Amino acid sequence: MVENLAEKKRVLIVLGVFVALGVVTPFLDLFMQSLVTEILVFGILAMSLDLLLGFTGLASLGHAAYFGVASYTTAIIMTKEDWTWTFAAFQWADSLGLGLFYIFIFALVVALAFAAFFGFLAIRAVGVYFLMITLSLAMVIWGLAYRWSAVTEGDNGINVLGRPSLFGISLESEIPFFYFTLAVFLICLGLMYMFVRSPFGKTLVGIREREERMQMLGYNIWLHKYLAFIIAGVFSGVAGVMWTLFNLFVSPPDIELITSAEALFMVALGGPATLVGPVIGSAIIRSLQQFISIYVERWPLILGAIYIITIMLGRLYGVEGILGLFGKFRKPAAPPEAPEG
Amino acid sequence: MTNGQPGLELESVTKHFGGLHAVEDVNLRLNLGERRGILGPNGAGKTTLFHLITGVLPLTSGRIRLFGQDVSGWPTHKRVALGMARTFQITSLFPKLTVLENVLLAVQGLRKMKMVMLKPLSRYKDVYEKAEKLLSDVNFWHLRDQEVRNLSHGEQRQLEIVLALASDPKVLLLDEPSAGLATGESHEMADFLKSLDPEIAILLIEHDLDVIFEVVSHISVLHYGEVLAEGPSDDIRNDPRVQEIYLGKAE
Repeated sequence: MVENLAEKKRVLIVLGVFVALGVVTPFLDLFMQSLVTEILVFGILAMSLDLLLGFTGLASLGHAAYFGVASYTTAIIMTKEDWTWTFAAFQWADSLGLGLFYIFIFALVVALAFAAFFGFLAIRAVGVYFLMITLSLAMVIWGLAYRWSAVTEGDNGINVLGRPSLFGISLESEIPFFYFTLAVFLICLGLMYMFVRSPFGKTLVGIREREERMQMLGYNIWLHKYLAFIIAGVFSGVAGVMWTLFNLFVSPPDIELITSAEALFMVALGGPATLVGPVIGSAIIRSLQQFISIYVERWPLILGAIYIITIMLGRLYGVEGILGLFGKFRKPAAPPEAPEG
Repeated sequence: MTNGQPGLELESVTKHFGGLHAVEDVNLRLNLGERRGILGPNGAGKTTLFHLITGVLPLTSGRIRLFGQDVSGWPTHKRVALGMARTFQITSLFPKLTVLENVLLAVQGLRKMKMVMLKPLSRYKDVYEKAEKLLSDVNFWHLRDQEVRNLSHGEQRQLEIVLALASDPKVLLLDEPSAGLATGESHEMADFLKSLDPEIAILLIEHDLDVIFEVVSHISVLHYGEVLAEGPSDDIRNDPRVQEIYLGKAE
């Protein structure tokens, strides 16, 4: 019961923060509005990776692949006029005010297909081998974006000329798009929150903690990891769709290794297996990139320093990430266990 | 009523690691409700045998039957689903989860609801009730919110068995349940094992002779991967070969 109350309190705090964000953001300047929106987009990406890294214990270094295929799919179906079938379908959906639904369904099915195929290849591997396989598969996607210029425009990237409207509401200006992003973000957060509390979500934690025991309890470990991989890939795809809609431009650097690595940093920095921790990580990393890069050319050095300090403090107090440290300082440490008599 | 029917049957089970013959031509039959022990010095292949029975390692040759079904090529989770459970020699719990969370994972292991993704686990009252019963039976209910890594070694060894019992197995494989326990605790462990439902067939690996002779009625002695002797506990206790290789030569 007590645990339930504490959990309810946590949920209310998180909701309160996002309501506050929704209230405050319209009063910020355009630059800040855009930054907040960007943080939310990468927050979705970081949370989706948290399902793998934090909850399942799978360190994927290729999570930008599904982000990438979804963002490219979005750009392609909106711009490829000579692909008559897909373009006509998009225009038809858009004329009904359903263009966004069409984009999401199309792009997420593509992301799901890639995650299903890549996951099938990668899940057998463990530890650093899993890392290497996911990395190389993501490089394949990057290679496609870079080289398959007939479809992806190669180095030039794809310019998207505008956002589809939602039920006739234009999302072209910053404020409506921010609210749309916030809504998508909260839906993702809600779904992932339900997911990690579900029986299936708990099995992932069990697999992270001790795989051989889970096997002996009757779990098909491979299946659980594989499904988790696909689900995380689809949520990564949501972030990818949002990225193209936000940026109205997608090019190979958006989806390369750096994006995957950054997502890993966001999770580790904010606090793995917390969902909201990675969003804090996203806020820190994206803000640093936007603010400090104006003044300091080598801003990654500052990011590195913050990262090292967080990890070292975390080690010191036996917690993970900024959220873990926050929890540690807020409540007094638990009394040490009485020695067994 | 079901006693006398085969639970677990091993036919010429063999495992080679390259040139090392870890398990060689082992035949063994464990009937439902029977309690059988496996004795043998370190390196005799006892734990390897458990790995073969549970499907963690593939057989080199031979056949394993569970409740009459040939499960030789089956993956672990399928064998477990038939009604087999196993504990580990080295405590293999979820150390950072609470006692209750450990047991909940064990309880949902063979239930279909383990695949449900959008309904909280806390809504499954029957799973919680089962977990509560399992923990109350061993007087652990008051420890439910403790992280497992904070339990004493003895408590962890007992929880190890509670997890295996969560799926209501008909065949239970226990790999040295008293490993690392003090003498007094070993006796408690033996009493606990004897108190288990007599319907459950147990295959017990144990180094502690007091525990094994107290719990089982039949013993197979394993030596360099082969069955050296097999029979009722008392015969084994008095078998001179067994005394020589395992109990040490009489002074």
